[in-house]
Amino acid sequence: MADPIAVLDDVRARLAGQGGFERGPRQGDLTIRLHRTEGLPAAAVQLCAAGMALATVAATDDETTDDRDVKVRYVFEPAKGAGALPDVFVTLMLSLDPKRPELPSITPQVPAASWHEREANDLFGIVFVGHPDPKPLVVHDGWPKGLHPLRKRFDASFRPPVEPAEEFPHLVVDGEGVFEVPVGPIHAGIIEPGHFRFSTVGESVLYLEPRLFYTHRGLEKRIEGLSVDDAFYVAERMCGVCSLSHGLGFCEASEQVAELEVPRRARVLRTLALELERVYNHVGDIGNILAGASYHYGTSAGLRMKEALQQLNEHLTGHRFLRGFVAPGGVNLDLTAELARSIETAMAATSEALASLMERIENNPTVTDRLDATGLLPLQDAIALGVTGIAARASGVDRDARRDHPHAAYASESGLDVSVATDFNSDVHARVRVRATEVYESLRLIRVMLESMPAGPIRTAMPGVLPAWRIGLASIESPRGAAIHWLRSDEAGRIDRYHLRSASYANWPAVPIAAQSAIVPDFPLVNKSFELCYSCTDR
Amino acid sequence: MLTALLRSLRTGVVTIRYPEEPAQVPERFRGAPRIRTSSAFDALAPASVCPSGAIAGGGGQPRYSIDLARCLCCGRCAEASAGGSIEICRDIELATRSRKSLIIEVERGLDGHAFVLPPPPPGPEVADRIRRTLGRSLHLRHLDSGSCNACDWELTALLNPVYDVRRLGVDFVASPRHADGVLVTGPVTRNLEVAVRRTYEAVPEPRVVIAVGACASSGGIVGRSYASSGGVAEILPVDVFIPGCPPRPEAIIYGILLAVGRVRDGSPA
Repeated sequence: MADPIAVLDDVRARLAGQGGFERGPRQGDLTIRLHRTEGLPAAAVQLCAAGMALATVAATDDETTDDRDVKVRYVFEPAKGAGALPDVFVTLMLSLDPKRPELPSITPQVPAASWHEREANDLFGIVFVGHPDPKPLVVHDGWPKGLHPLRKRFDASFRPPVEPAEEFPHLVVDGEGVFEVPVGPIHAGIIEPGHFRFSTVGESVLYLEPRLFYTHRGLEKRIEGLSVDDAFYVAERMCGVCSLSHGLGFCEASEQVAELEVPRRARVLRTLALELERVYNHVGDIGNILAGASYHYGTSAGLRMKEALQQLNEHLTGHRFLRGFVAPGGVNLDLTAELARSIETAMAATSEALASLMERIENNPTVTDRLDATGLLPLQDAIALGVTGIAARASGVDRDARRDHPHAAYASESGLDVSVATDFNSDVHARVRVRATEVYESLRLIRVMLESMPAGPIRTAMPGVLPAWRIGLASIESPRGAAIHWLRSDEAGRIDRYHLRSASYANWPAVPIAAQSAIVPDFPLVNKSFELCYSCTDR
Repeated sequence: MLTALLRSLRTGVVTIRYPEEPAQVPERFRGAPRIRTSSAFDALAPASVCPSGAIAGGGGQPRYSIDLARCLCCGRCAEASAGGSIEICRDIELATRSRKSLIIEVERGLDGHAFVLPPPPPGPEVADRIRRTLGRSLHLRHLDSGSCNACDWELTALLNPVYDVRRLGVDFVASPRHADGVLVTGPVTRNLEVAVRRTYEAVPEPRVVIAVGACASSGGIVGRSYASSGGVAEILPVDVFIPGCPPRPEAIIYGILLAVGRVRDGSPA
C-alpha cells in the first residue's frame, strides 16, 4: 500500500502557500482552507496530478454562525495506483460571502464536479463561474428563482406552486433524419422515474440527455436538526436496495463525530450484512440484465435467487431489505448458531445456482451476442467522470472502498482482505462477469466471518447529543459502488448537515456515454448493466 | 435448452399459495404496533420516540393515537413502552379502504387503562362499479411518485416465481391506457406531481388507485415539505391504502385483492 503520509506530503508541497493546512475530518486526513477562491481550479488540478479524484462536494450554510459564510468543501481521495490505495481524504475548503456566494467552477478541469456544482447552485444558490452547463439539476419546472432549500433561512414547509412543465433545456441535435425520442419519467416497466431524451438516426443513438431528480424528496433538509437516532431512519430510507449500506455509512460518520468505538462483534455483523446486501443485489441485477437481453429463463433464475436471499434477510433481521439491523453504536440483533447455519445453507445454494446460470449464459450465443461490445464505457471516461463500483471495475478501474478505505471488519479482522475484481472489456458482458466474480468473493468473506465470529457485545450506547461542530466522513462500498457520507453536527449536538453522494450519483453521467455505442432497443440492457438507483441519486 | 428444462423439473413448483394459505412470517419479522389490552395509559411510549411522527397525544393529554399509515414498523415504540403496553404484531393483512381506520385511537379510561376505541366502519365498497366493469381480474400500472425503490422492488417480486401474482389474474401493464388502475409508490414529490396527475388521467374509467407503502399512504418518513406533497391522497382519490415500509409482497397482494372485493377488510371473502 502506498504510504498515506507520503501522499499528504506531496499534496502539501504542491499546494504550499495557497491555504492553511489542518488535519481532518478524520484522523490522518488533510483539509486546506484556500486563501483565494480564484486558486481553486489550479489546486484541484494539482490534486488530480497527485493521483487523486473527486469524491464529493459538501456545501454548508454557516451564515448564522460566527463564521457568517457559506462554505464549500471539495473532497478528494487517491484514485491511481495498483493494489490498495492510501486511505486518506483531502478537502479543499472555501469560505464564501453568504449574500453573493460565488467561486470559479472546476468542472472544465474536473468533469466529475459537474453535477455537484449544479446541485449546490440549486440548493444553496452558489454561483460556479465558468461552469459549462449551469442549468438546474435538482429543482424542476416553475421553481422560483432565488429560492434555495438548503439555505438555513429557507422554511422547509414552504410549498411553491407547481407550474405546468415547460420543455426541459437540453442539447438539440440537428440534421437530416435526426429524431428525438422522449422516454419517461413514467416508464413501461416497474422502475424508478427518470426522463431520457434520445437523439437518434435510425436505430442508432447519437446523443442521450437524461433528466433525473424526479424523486427528490428533500431528505437532506428533512434530516437537519434531528438527533442521530431519529436521523438514522431517514438515512436508511434514502434508498431501498442500498438501505444497509446507507444506514451503515450514516452510523459510521456519526460514530466518528461521537468518537465512539463499536464493539468487535458488531463490526463483523455489520460487515456480514453489507456482504449479504451485495449478494442479493448482484444476483437480482444479473437477472434484470438478462431481462434486457430477452433471456427470461435467466431473469427468473436471478429473481428466484434474489427472493431466497431476501427471505434470508428477513429471517436474520426481520426485514427483507435489512432495515433496522444496523443502529448507531452497533447492531440491533445478534446472530444465533441456527441463523448462521441458515446463512451457510443459503450461500451454498446461491453459489450453485449462480454457477449454473453463468455457465448457461456463457454457452448461449444468443445471450452473449447481446452482451458483448454493448454499452461501452471507455476507461478514460470512467476515470474522468469519477465512476465507481462495478461500472468502473468493468472498465478496468481498480478501486473498491472496502479495500481502499477499510472500515468495520475489513479494517480489523484477518482473512477479510477483499480481492477486487476488474475486467477490461468495458461492456455489458464485463459488468455481468464482474458481478458474478464479486458474488463469489462475497461468499468467501461471509464464510470467513461465520467461521471466526468474535464473541462479545453487539452495541455501545450512542450519546443522544453529539459533540458540537464535528465532521464525520465515511466511504462505504454499496452494491453499486462507493457511497460517500459527509456529516456535521450542530451547536446543539444534532445533525446540522448530512450529504450523501451515492454510487449511482457518481455513475449516472456515464450512462449516456455507454448508450452512445448502442442502438435504442439496447438502451434498457445498457441501463440495467449499470443498475443505478434514482432515489439515492435524487434524495 | 434440455438442461434448463431438466433443472426446472428438478426444482419443482416454488410458488406460494397465498391467499388460500396464510403467509409465512419469520420470527424476527416486525409488523405494526398494537396496544395490548388492559395496559396502563401512562405506560404507552411518548410520541417523540416515533421517527416518522405516527404517534400523537399522550404526555398529559387524555388521548393517544398511532397512525399505521405513517408507521415504519421499526419497533421503537414497543421498546419504549413500559410493561409491554405496545407490542409488535405479526399480522400483515393491514390494507384498508379507509385512511381513518389505520389510526388506532386510544383514550385514557377512568381507571387509568388505555382504552382502544373501535375502528370506524370500513368505507363504502369501492368497488361495486369497478367490480361490475372489471370483474375479479386487475391489470395495473405501476406509478412511482418518488419512492425509495423498496416498494418498487416488492412489486417486482410479485412477478417472481415465488409470488407469481399472475396466477391470481393480476398483472402489470406497460401503459396507463391499458390499465384498470395504478399502484402508487412514494409520497408524490413536487417534481412528479404533473406526471402523476397525467398518468392517472390516462387510465380509462372506472379506475382504482392503490397507495403502496407508508410514503404513498401518508408521506411516511418523508412527510410534507417543499419537495413532497405528503401522500398520494393529497393528489388523487385513493381506494386502498397498504401500510408498511415497504409492505411485504403478500401484504401488497392482499391490498390488490381488497380493491376488487376479493377479500374483505380483515378476512378473505
